[in-house]
Amino acid sequence: MTSSTFTDLDRRKRKTMMIGAAFALGSLGLGFASVPLYRVFCQVTGFNGTTQRADASAAVLPVSGRVLSIRFDANVSPGMPWEFYPEHSTDTVTVGARDMAIFVAKNLSDKPISGSAVFNVTPTQAGAYFTKIQCFCFTEQTLQPGQEVRMPVLYYVDPKILDDPDNKDVEEITLSYTFNPVEKVEE
Amino acid sequence: MTTIAADAHAHDHHDADHKPAFFARWFMSTNHKDIGTLYLIFAIIAGVIGGFISGLMRIELAEPGIQYLQTWAQIMDGPDATLDQAYHLWNVLITAHGLIMVFFMVMPAIIGGFGNWFVPIMIGAPDMAFPRMNNISFWLLIPAFMLLLGSTFVPGGLGNGAGTGWTVYAPLSTSGSPGPAVDMAILSLHIAGASSILGAINFITTIFNMRAPGMTLHKMPLFVWSVLVTAFLLLLALPVLAAAITMLLTDRNFGTVFYDGLRGGDPELYQHLFWFFGHPEVYIMILPGFGIVSQIVSTFSRKPVFGYLGMAYAMVAIGVVGFIVWAHHMFTTGMSVNVKMYFTAATMVIAVPTGVKIFSWIATMWGGSLSFKTPMVWALGFIFMFTVGGVTGVVLANGGVDDVLHDTYYVVAHFHYVLSLGAVFALFAGFYYWFPKMTGRMYSELLGQLHFWIFFIGVNVLFFPMHFVGLSGMPRRYPDYPEAFAYWNSIASQGYNILIIGVAIWFVNIFWSLFAGKKAEGNPWGEGATTLEWTLSSPPPYHQFETLPVIEDAHH
Repeated sequence: MTSSTFTDLDRRKRKTMMIGAAFALGSLGLGFASVPLYRVFCQVTGFNGTTQRADASAAVLPVSGRVLSIRFDANVSPGMPWEFYPEHSTDTVTVGARDMAIFVAKNLSDKPISGSAVFNVTPTQAGAYFTKIQCFCFTEQTLQPGQEVRMPVLYYVDPKILDDPDNKDVEEITLSYTFNPVEKVEE
Repeated sequence: MTTIAADAHAHDHHDADHKPAFFARWFMSTNHKDIGTLYLIFAIIAGVIGGFISGLMRIELAEPGIQYLQTWAQIMDGPDATLDQAYHLWNVLITAHGLIMVFFMVMPAIIGGFGNWFVPIMIGAPDMAFPRMNNISFWLLIPAFMLLLGSTFVPGGLGNGAGTGWTVYAPLSTSGSPGPAVDMAILSLHIAGASSILGAINFITTIFNMRAPGMTLHKMPLFVWSVLVTAFLLLLALPVLAAAITMLLTDRNFGTVFYDGLRGGDPELYQHLFWFFGHPEVYIMILPGFGIVSQIVSTFSRKPVFGYLGMAYAMVAIGVVGFIVWAHHMFTTGMSVNVKMYFTAATMVIAVPTGVKIFSWIATMWGGSLSFKTPMVWALGFIFMFTVGGVTGVVLANGGVDDVLHDTYYVVAHFHYVLSLGAVFALFAGFYYWFPKMTGRMYSELLGQLHFWIFFIGVNVLFFPMHFVGLSGMPRRYPDYPEAFAYWNSIASQGYNILIIGVAIWFVNIFWSLFAGKKAEGNPWGEGATTLEWTLSSPPPYHQFETLPVIEDAHH
């Protein structure tokens, strides 16, 4: 084997190795990039009951004749000393019309506790149409010892739900919240 | 094609066969055959450990109720071990069994072992493209395996060891498993993954750049094709696992919330990432087996493989489609009907190239001059058993059916039919096929046949009843079950006992053959064996192909 063919082979090998390593790094990057991509995907498609968010100015016309039942569900994570419940556990809403639900939270402990709520709706395919204008879940809530608050959720069901074949059998949507304690990071 | 006669003198010191001293040869090895041997020995040791763990599980599952688990927990966690710690130990056992068999038995054996040994020889290359990187790939596996085994002895939640299942799902693996055990297991996967990625780059570089003159891609033996496709799957899938488990580590140790649903993350994201790796991973384990079986069926039918190009591109198709079906492992996570329909349909599409392969193996045998030597019966066993596992796979591919069968023993039966009876049969087939080439000794045909039949009966008695208990609803990953499942479980445990006898015969065969086996010729299989390794002596010279072979047109 002459030295010239040897270096030629070496060069080709190095090139293939670099391309291979680039593939692997690209794949690794894709793995990490999936975190924001997945979030965007869920927000856009309402995948797995991710609810939608709209401005107060969003103008939607009520569609008469189609009424949905909305059920409210409230939980706190295990060990969190809060009481948390909806004022009314069910409501009916005309598709497209704005409605407000009130949730009540009370801090049962003797120290201030901050919490944030995670939420979803079931059936999950309704998530894309369940739109919140205002919600206590958008921000962190802090309750002083013994404090009780009434928290509103302003929402509507997008009339586009009526055109979606996957939602044609949906008569009731459950909106569920779970409060979790937020540990304050000492800075 | 000419056959080079075997060297009459084992210690003939000509240049091509000069070997370094023991330490330099085995611990600093850059020789692809030695590294392949190391991989095979490593895989056998890991397989014995993983197989021993499955024995522990089968003896506990032989009867309803907890028989031995509490005692073992007392050994692992101290004399005050509670029942909960015993249940944790069960989780540790299933986790260790899965991870060991996947990452430290099948992959090292089939890719690292046979791939290293025979890919360079089959394409007429003197060695792998990057011999030192090859050495690193192997030696990374040792600390990885040590970390995994070591994790069993440190706290991992309720008791010692990582009890997360091989899938390491969050939040069980994050907030559910405090203690260093899961961190060690994750690190073990990182290192094993790095080892495999380096190996994959090495194989791709070797196959693309070091083929002998005339060895075009479309003339490569199917085993080389299978390793090439597998290497690409490794290269694209493993980094995704690395990313996923890195985020597990940061969630566990550095306060991130990637998978914490309570704080803005999403545990389902982990499942998506894991299975985006995990599904290609199952093809990583089986594709080289397809390659091995193709070589063997062709050799012992004395015919070229039927539909060579179709066989090669069927593997490419399986590899490509394997990346877009991952969510069929997640049918019960609450997907919409449309998503389920897509993943059901896409999964079933894989049955088409797989069917092409199975029918082509049958067509290869059709009209062939068959001889049922040990490698051939293992290959036939593979085709038969893999097809059974493939059929239950098509059943499980249906999103609606999977709602019922998800996480039952039916799934356990399915993936053991394609892996424990598929990949493992391919491994044994390859082992017997290449044993004379690797060692220069013939194995005992009688012991080989005996090993096959006992093992074949054993695994079927072990795994077939799992279909029944699975269909009746027995969930996987539990150490206990109601009386109703007792009958088939006791039979399954008997199957394990039969299987172990088969494995014992295999070990007897190995040692008997190494010391007393008949000297093997360069080509012990006759005219059906047409690939390049059979043109060399048995064992091949330490450095082969100092003059590159030239491949003529008719050669496959």
